[in-house]
Amino acid sequence: MSNEVPLLAARALTKAHGRTQALRGATVELRAGEILAVTGTSGSGKSTLLHCLAGIVRPDEGSVVYDGRRLDQLPEKQLSELRRTEFGVVFQFGQLIPELTAIDNVALPLMLAGVRRTEAHKRADEWLERFGVRGQEELRPGEMSGGQAQRVSMARALVTGPKVVFADEPTGALDSLASEQVMTALVHTVRETGTTVLLITHDHQVAAYADREARLLDGVVRQDSVDLEVAQ
Amino acid sequence: MSTRHILLGLLAGGPSHGYDLKRRHDERFPQARPLAYGQVYTTLQRLVRDGLAEVDGTDSAGGPERTRYRSTDEGARELAKWAGEITPPAPFVTNEIFAKVVCAILASTEPADYLRAQRAAHMERMRQLTAVKTATGTDLATVLSADYALSHLDADLRWMNTTAARLTTLTAEVDAA
Repeated sequence: MSNEVPLLAARALTKAHGRTQALRGATVELRAGEILAVTGTSGSGKSTLLHCLAGIVRPDEGSVVYDGRRLDQLPEKQLSELRRTEFGVVFQFGQLIPELTAIDNVALPLMLAGVRRTEAHKRADEWLERFGVRGQEELRPGEMSGGQAQRVSMARALVTGPKVVFADEPTGALDSLASEQVMTALVHTVRETGTTVLLITHDHQVAAYADREARLLDGVVRQDSVDLEVAQ
Repeated sequence: MSTRHILLGLLAGGPSHGYDLKRRHDERFPQARPLAYGQVYTTLQRLVRDGLAEVDGTDSAGGPERTRYRSTDEGARELAKWAGEITPPAPFVTNEIFAKVVCAILASTEPADYLRAQRAAHMERMRQLTAVKTATGTDLATVLSADYALSHLDADLRWMNTTAARLTTLTAEVDAA
């Protein structure tokens, strides 16, 4: 393990959904600029861990520290502002807005942040190009393939220049070739921008795109992965 | 892997000498173990003995004399037959990982520890192969070779996950036998 202060750290998180205990003391750290894969079987608590780390839900116990700030104690308004400016999220099913074209979907977070439409479209267009989906600007989500839609979702997650991207099974609905294209585009882009990524996946081949793996078993993180720095 | 058939395949494109065949093999199958020169020459001699290849001539452009080989019609038929034959899907592969798990149970050591370490080593290898295939400018042959290895490592990992989840039952079964 590096001695570097982590950008995002969760310690001893517990979280229950009704009577289901999703997290039972999960501890995990993300270093700036790394891609961390969180793996585990269905129901192991992966998505709950992502939601806690991204400030989408608050843990029952434990702490989440992002860049020196306790996310779990931040008032809702500040938390929401931080999520909007510093974090990007990609889900299994892109969750693009079906009525909007690809370019409008990507431009939307910028326009919500007050960027003018022309400028927002220009920047959105650059991000569509980075993800290899230029030429599909005017398509609506229903007219795109799953892989195209997911690359548009990634462009939307990165367009505001977030420090951390949370990706929850981003290739879960894709075939292996589309999955490879989406992951390659994501990895190349975040390596260029230095964005930190938390990647939730149950697929080993997807996890292999990450620098490290943290495995969740029944709500607890197993630290049995070979650390790249040690392995090299 | 049948070196003789692969050499016949490379000769299908036209006459070639041993040095060139070795170089083309290593380029064409980037993740495979490189062919040794000795193996190339021995195999070529056997192909000639069996009537599947023959000497086409010699080259000595500015260097040592090299024998050029070409495929015979019989060689072409043999190649087509081999390339169309189904490779038997191996249902009971030798599984060293499983053998180690069972031996760990027999020796009353902890198979779960071994499986975790093995799993981490598999993941590390998968990360290395993924880095190779996603590097900018990687050719398709390298990507496909890496994909083949990745799919097999992935299968091992899935097997290890299921086995790890069933160790209690397996331990009881092995202990009872």
